Amino acid sequence: MANIISDETIEYVGILAKLELSGEEKEQAKKDIGSMLDYIDKLNELDTTNIEPMSHVFPVHNVFREDIVTNGDDREQILANAPEEKNGAFMVPKTFD
Amino acid sequence: MDIMGLTAVTLGRKIKEKEITVKEAAQAALAQIEAAEADINAYVTVFDKEAVFRRADEVQKGIEDGTLTNPLAGVPVAIKDNMCTKGIRTTCSSKILENFEPTYTAEAVVNLEKAGAVLIGKTNMDEFAMGSTTETSAYGETKNPWNTGHVPGGSSGGSCAAVAAQECSYALGSDTGGSIRQPSSFCGVTGLKPTYGTVSRYGLIAYGSSLDQIGPVAKDVTDCAVILETIASYDPKDSTSVKRDDYDFTSALKEDVKGMKIGLPRDYFGEGLDSGVKNSVLQAAKELEERGAILEEFDLGLVEYAIPAYYVIAAAEASSNLARFDGVKYGYRTEESEGLHQMYKKTRSEGFGAEVKRRIMLGSFVLSSGYYDAYYLKALRTKALIKQEFDKAFENYDLILGPAAPTTAPKLGESLSDPIKMYLGDIYTISVNLAGLPGISLPCGLDQNGLPIGVQLIGDCFQEKNIIRAAYALEQTRTYVQPEMVRR
Repeated sequence: MANIISDETIEYVGILAKLELSGEEKEQAKKDIGSMLDYIDKLNELDTTNIEPMSHVFPVHNVFREDIVTNGDDREQILANAPEEKNGAFMVPKTFD
Repeated sequence: MDIMGLTAVTLGRKIKEKEITVKEAAQAALAQIEAAEADINAYVTVFDKEAVFRRADEVQKGIEDGTLTNPLAGVPVAIKDNMCTKGIRTTCSSKILENFEPTYTAEAVVNLEKAGAVLIGKTNMDEFAMGSTTETSAYGETKNPWNTGHVPGGSSGGSCAAVAAQECSYALGSDTGGSIRQPSSFCGVTGLKPTYGTVSRYGLIAYGSSLDQIGPVAKDVTDCAVILETIASYDPKDSTSVKRDDYDFTSALKEDVKGMKIGLPRDYFGEGLDSGVKNSVLQAAKELEERGAILEEFDLGLVEYAIPAYYVIAAAEASSNLARFDGVKYGYRTEESEGLHQMYKKTRSEGFGAEVKRRIMLGSFVLSSGYYDAYYLKALRTKALIKQEFDKAFENYDLILGPAAPTTAPKLGESLSDPIKMYLGDIYTISVNLAGLPGISLPCGLDQNGLPIGVQLIGDCFQEKNIIRAAYALEQTRTYVQPEMVRR
């Protein structure tokens, strides 16, 4: 494998991805990302100098609309999906002391 | 009468002509679901019988009083479980959304409902549409109706299997890298991925936003054209929705390919392609030639760069899109945690399956500082070059013809252990999404094991009519073959 993923990198990516991987999952992820990157490195064969990155296939730019509310008040139905709610708001674990 | 053996449009006509009632059609679909689901598992959720019958009565009235005139009015449909349906559980085949009930319905589904469609259930898929086999579902794998020892393909495997097993008259799927066309090919049905922006993505739970498109899965090309005409619309709620000049797809249902120029990319018929698949697909090309089309081999170029570019872009977009699943507003939340941050991490780690985590990790990596230019921007530049290759090809050809997949459906349990090998199976479908093009897969034969083979037709952006016309002409040369489980 040409791309060796270090423990530090996996820790860092885990933080970015908000995932808590087990020891076994971390080892697997190191292997998977490494072999995927080996494969993705194929792109380096291509000369892309002066080629603009294409995020959208059509020349669509910002799409604006008037800032008018069109949907109804679905507060009850929305809160019904919450794992926990209190007084009409989403409830989360304590965030600071 | 064999109601479930009819195409959607034929059933719709018989309903209009009062040969069949809407309720009888719904009953037939639900009865087939009951008979087949133990073997196939195409559905995550089947709707409550009474609710379906109430809807059927409502639609029946609409047809009789002349307010519902769409050819699909009264016809039972299944929806892939990544499209929101108001008040009805929508899971994306993930544990993290096991009890999520959307507060609104996806625009494409709203368009169907307005036309008088009768929804009967939500179909199984690879978790968050990440997969090519429907084996990454948290609700059990779907099996191929042609041989239950094989996968149906994916990620819209539930929708395609449900159509093949006649557990619905037609279905909606979504296609990010081949997720409609490849399972359609594996299940012997017809599936169409429209030009990016043609069908609203509002209410489609996003995987790779720049690649995702909703499209029809059905028994034939006529059904696909009628369904596409019904679900396509300009939608201000989807900022990538395109206002097209022409939403009339059914006028292309003509048996006329005289003078049509069809390009066969050499790289689509080379190494890695199963010989049985190759022969069937070339035979289909020959039949179009006999009817007046002009065939020509050509070099498409950059074919081998599509998969690596795709996996960088799709994983990057997925890692961003799936950030919303954090255990706060909906879905699964871990039982115990210390503080908010740990709650996020535990919830996501327990709620997502292995393939989803693999892509979120890869996506987070390629977007991280220090790697963003080398991987993410490099992939977007490659995408621009791939688009140029297609632009060049469509200067010479009306459409491109090739296989939908290099093999027929693999056996269950054989694909997931080697991700890169599985990703390579998407080689003929993936570049179509990168370039935003429309593509259709339709049955063109069976392999030596009796498994279906699909031929793919690819058109230039907004040229659905070309692929519909050629697909329709090709379809006239053969009869629709059904899996043995539904042959009567």
